[in-house]
Amino acid sequence: MALHRFANPARFLRFSAVALPWFSVAAVACIAAGLVLGLVVSPADYQQGETVRIMYVHVPAAWMALMVYTVMAGGSVSALVWKHPLGDLVARAAAPIGAGFTLICLVTGALWGKPMWGAWWVWDARLTSVLVLFFLYLGYMALQNAFDDPTRGEKAAALLAIVGFVNVPIIKWSVDWWNTLHQPASVARLAGPSIHASMLVPLLLMGAGFTFYFAAVLLLRVRAEIAARRIRALRLVAMEG
Amino acid sequence: MTAFRAVLLRDLRLALRQGGDAAVVVLFFVLAATLFPFGVGPEPNLLARIASGVIWVTALLSVMLALDRLFLADHEDGSLEALATAPAPLLAAVLAKCLAQWLLAGVPLIVAAPLLALFLQLPAEGLPALLAALTLGTPTLVLVGAVGAALVLGARRGGVLLALLVLPLAVPVLIFGVAAVDAAVAGLPTRPHLLVLGALLLAALATAPFAATAALRQAIE
Repeated sequence: MALHRFANPARFLRFSAVALPWFSVAAVACIAAGLVLGLVVSPADYQQGETVRIMYVHVPAAWMALMVYTVMAGGSVSALVWKHPLGDLVARAAAPIGAGFTLICLVTGALWGKPMWGAWWVWDARLTSVLVLFFLYLGYMALQNAFDDPTRGEKAAALLAIVGFVNVPIIKWSVDWWNTLHQPASVARLAGPSIHASMLVPLLLMGAGFTFYFAAVLLLRVRAEIAARRIRALRLVAMEG
Repeated sequence: MTAFRAVLLRDLRLALRQGGDAAVVVLFFVLAATLFPFGVGPEPNLLARIASGVIWVTALLSVMLALDRLFLADHEDGSLEALATAPAPLLAAVLAKCLAQWLLAGVPLIVAAPLLALFLQLPAEGLPALLAALTLGTPTLVLVGAVGAALVLGARRGGVLLALLVLPLAVPVLIFGVAAVDAAVAGLPTRPHLLVLGALLLAALATAPFAATAALRQAIE
């Protein structure tokens, strides 16, 4: 598989050095365009009024929360099964970003829920399962740092990430399985998106921007972690020599 | 199979000789649940309304409380290494330990549940559903908890961490366990909820022991 080639840290460093500026520029451009289109150009909703604009942050953040967890679980699988040197690094670097997106999703959801549903929080299946996702992110990070031996923490956390993956399909389909307050999917449908292009375009732009942002920050964090390990290794060599 | 029986009998015998562990868990279960009438007031209608939830949540916490001992003693005295290097599969030992844990810390909760139902004024129609739901739900909690208990072996503050990892995953059991009791009290069929609880148990039985075994192997590496 082509991804195999990037499992080599040296090759990864070369690739990420080239890709990082492009991803960063794309993230800024997409988010800026999405914000202008979403907050200024796009029409207000006939029912929700101006609060519909919260959606342009809330929905992409929710997509990212799921995608980052999937990346994290994928990295954990590759670290445990194939012992890819980068699998652990990617999973470890992705966790705080995913927790951040999940928090943004929960907070913006609460801000939207207060005027629309009349409550900051309701115990609906979608909300509850996203809250569980947030706890899984936190548990993953806590488990990783709970051991004196860092490799043991990484392996235990990788296993937890894989076990916790059962929650991802539950979140995705919670609005279909249970008759809940949270509205069902309106973009990724077999019958085509059910929202108008004037709202769909900024939404997709924000989604693309968040994805580029995630990719850029992930590359940056993995590069930093590789550098930190090199420094540690060099220090050990210096101490022995 | 002989390995499974040997580990099961060994764990039961150890627990009986040391004594007290199972009693402490039940005591915690009863005490924690009897705090609620003091917290929300002794009004019978209110208690009857929240009884199913209170009993389920305290049962969940009691199972959690007992779980950090599941592998810890064997890890500390080295018998876990012996089990892992024995010719019999470690999976059999994990399953046996889970069953022993359920017999010691799950079944006593089910036995004590009618007492709490009485204390918390749970309507009589709800009791059979509560017992059935606990019988199907507590083994799932033990199995899911076994994965957590294996993951936190050797961690600092393992007990708190275990709760942090396992409680979010225990939410589905809680939801359907309470739903079954509430349905029975409302005169609705409990069968769908109990079937979901059974499905959760089967799914946990098919996956959790493998994950726990993998986590144990990491812990003793």
